[in-house]
Amino acid sequence: METKKNTSRRSFLISSALAGGGLMLSFSWLTEARAAGKTEALNLAGQWHELTGYIRITPDNVIKIMVPNPEFGQNVMTSLPMMVAEELDADWKNVVVEMAPHDNLKFGSQFTGGSMSVRTYWKPLRNAGASARLMLCEAAAQAWGVPGSEITTKAGVLSHAGGKTATYGEMAAKAAAVPVPKNVKLKAPKDFTIVSRSKKNTEGVKVVTGKPLFGLDYRQEGMLIAMVQHPPAFGMKLKSFDAAQALKMPGITGVFPIRLFEEGYERSAFDTRTFNELVVVVGRTTWEVMNAKKKLKVQWEVTTDTKEKVKGWSGPAREEIVPGGLESTALQLTQMQERAKQAATVLRKDGDPEAAFKGAAHVIERTYTAPFLAHNTMEPMNFFAHVTAEKALLVGPLQAPSLVTGTLAKVLNMPVDKVEIQMTRMGGGFGRRAYGHYLVEAALISKKVNAPVKLMYTREDDMTYGIYRPMYTATYRAALDAEKNLIGFHVKGGGIPEHPIAANRFPAGAVDNYLAEGWEIPSNITIGAFRAPRSNFNAAAEQSFLDELAEFMGKDPISFRLDLLKRAKANPVGKNNEYDADRYAGVLELVRDKSGWGSSAQAGKHRGVAAYFCHNSYAAHVVDMVVRNGEPYVEQVTSAIDCGIVVNPDAAQNMVQGAVVDGIGNALYGALTHKDGAAEQTNFHNYRMIRHNEAPKSIDVHFVQNEIDPTGLGEPPFPPVFGAVANALYKTTGKRHYNQPFRPEGVKLQEKTGE
Amino acid sequence: MATFQLKINGKVRKVEVDPATPVLWVLRDHLNLQGTKYGCGMAQCGACTIHVDGMAMRSCSYPVSAVGKQAITTIEGLSANGEHPVQQAWLDHDVAQCGYCQAGQIMSAAALLKGNPAPSDEDIDAAMSGNICRCGTYLRIKEAIKSAAKK
Repeated sequence: METKKNTSRRSFLISSALAGGGLMLSFSWLTEARAAGKTEALNLAGQWHELTGYIRITPDNVIKIMVPNPEFGQNVMTSLPMMVAEELDADWKNVVVEMAPHDNLKFGSQFTGGSMSVRTYWKPLRNAGASARLMLCEAAAQAWGVPGSEITTKAGVLSHAGGKTATYGEMAAKAAAVPVPKNVKLKAPKDFTIVSRSKKNTEGVKVVTGKPLFGLDYRQEGMLIAMVQHPPAFGMKLKSFDAAQALKMPGITGVFPIRLFEEGYERSAFDTRTFNELVVVVGRTTWEVMNAKKKLKVQWEVTTDTKEKVKGWSGPAREEIVPGGLESTALQLTQMQERAKQAATVLRKDGDPEAAFKGAAHVIERTYTAPFLAHNTMEPMNFFAHVTAEKALLVGPLQAPSLVTGTLAKVLNMPVDKVEIQMTRMGGGFGRRAYGHYLVEAALISKKVNAPVKLMYTREDDMTYGIYRPMYTATYRAALDAEKNLIGFHVKGGGIPEHPIAANRFPAGAVDNYLAEGWEIPSNITIGAFRAPRSNFNAAAEQSFLDELAEFMGKDPISFRLDLLKRAKANPVGKNNEYDADRYAGVLELVRDKSGWGSSAQAGKHRGVAAYFCHNSYAAHVVDMVVRNGEPYVEQVTSAIDCGIVVNPDAAQNMVQGAVVDGIGNALYGALTHKDGAAEQTNFHNYRMIRHNEAPKSIDVHFVQNEIDPTGLGEPPFPPVFGAVANALYKTTGKRHYNQPFRPEGVKLQEKTGE
Repeated sequence: MATFQLKINGKVRKVEVDPATPVLWVLRDHLNLQGTKYGCGMAQCGACTIHVDGMAMRSCSYPVSAVGKQAITTIEGLSANGEHPVQQAWLDHDVAQCGYCQAGQIMSAAALLKGNPAPSDEDIDAAMSGNICRCGTYLRIKEAIKSAAKK
């Protein structure tokens, strides 16, 4: 097996002439292995740490850049090609982009998640562009009989001081025969002409004209429509069903059960176990299938505890007990309160926290909770599948094709190389589409009916058959001495079924006596990644607690945090602190300046501030709130972000604005609750989403200007919105809000009188 | 099953469907017009917004039998190549993130501006609050509507 280190070292470029004289360049650390016939030895599921770039130039000077990662609104179809085009010195006007096929050999991990797309492709894609540029220069040099070093490039044109010029297209065929350069030099940020200059979305026109970009839009001749009926509650399973009435409905071709995984199946990290048995209705059209589904007569039964084998990323499978029975939110809250009193796993301990709390003059303790959240992507889960004896073709929206290919191969009893996944644009993801159970379902249905099938969930299916953000709680405690200096900090957090605690994050490193603990309560309700997993709760709880602490200490909330960061920088406690204190302080200072924090001009505003570090980047927000018709309304937001170099500034600003709106919405309204195992919210009439009239009037986004390689942007701006909203809500109402969603239905808010 | 002659995007299209079929599914499944999106099926999200005689309608909850002689316009028929001022404004402001809801947003905005060429912020909120954008592009949508209003 190749190791990560080895594969990095083996990165190299191959080139080959395309039909029509074009130049194809592709980076692949695996090409060597493939050429040597060693691909069998490579573990296809977990090895793709390196990436692949891919450039095609036609003789008529069209430059096609393949995009390895699927688009779900994070702008990769624009920002990743910008990185290639920058080093290639391409004329952006001549660049076309295309979603790459799923091919780990050529394109690496192709994983959309973890705010990683720009970060992980930053060097490989620029290397691809720079190498191609040098090969084009060499081709021109040979044609003109001059040294390659004398050739210059600008906007897709090769030039020599002697007066000769050629387009990239004209030299593409020749360039394909040029040996691949080694040790390519990349541009310094100051020389960028495409990166860090705003470029419009390359698929903007297709979006505004309604072109069929999304998974749900994909069709094939003879395609049938399929829907699934899942148990009405978590903790229930299929007992029996009567298909007779449904089968009599017009347009219906099949009603049958499917089982995703057989007994003893070892689940991988991204295989989910929400509902293993489903009843399927297949027919000609969506409306007919929707109607027939209502005629199904299904008997369900309550589950008992079951044992599951979970393989995870590596090592032997471990056994997991999934509790049977029906769970309810009210009971879960009580369960969490009880569990929180018991011992938990120590995740980090610095100094002597017990002694600090024992000797403290003041102890402040606050407990925070947050509910399950549904992702609610606007495009519900769906996938096309056509499974034949020879191969399985799957087309649709998903974030992580490489994580489900092996699963499909196992379930279909087919070699991995017979499973082809094509990725469409996604109507949102937010983590939900990292879990490919709906591909497995689509494939099994297609196999059963021996026809091309589009599986689609209704909105109700999508919301009630969830892979939710976990339910969380955390109790924060601070120990202060008689002068109100912070001498001890303790967080004990838990969740159903995962705890949220990131033990090595701020304020770890800034407090001498520190303790972080976590506990978990198992559940049959399934959970998964949701935009900035864990952080989206921690930033709410911790940043509210710090706000309250600052108030008690009589300090300005920004100065208080900066003081702690100064300490963490000058004399850090412990060794594994994840964050960079300077960058963290940088966003706080920037948001302070840009929002006019503390200035007389802003006096009288109900303002809340919060900052957070996650996914390698730093974000801070100042939120201005008013009461409007008895409802809290965030009128204005100032944001400061440090994500290193910003590749596409206008799109990045859009991303941050969207994260702020998303954060306000989920903080104030977001909740997915259960009664007797059944989701109580089933569609947008009772799952409150933030709407136009609730979005702020302005969100001013400011990026820290530096030359740090891009870190990440999709997730980091999201978590601290929750904390800033909580803190503004306190300023607005005079009351602290500890339980999300902060805005309960039907209660009029009173604005605090006097400041 | 019944036969309907529908005026869609300036053409007469004939379909044979159950009269209760929502226009959304007639467009998507029978006429291969995929631009109009399914989001909720109960007129709560606006992704399926079309124009019926110029009025914004949620096609997921509008049965084909109710259309009669009224003219339907979908995102594909708003303009030939995206040159409608609202579509242009959407491009100028680079509104879209995932883009899934944007056809519905554009149709709602175009209907608003047809009846109210200079909407206030409150008018925009009132007309657009039935359209959910999960990516949170509301600010840019509002800016784009204001730009389009000036054209």
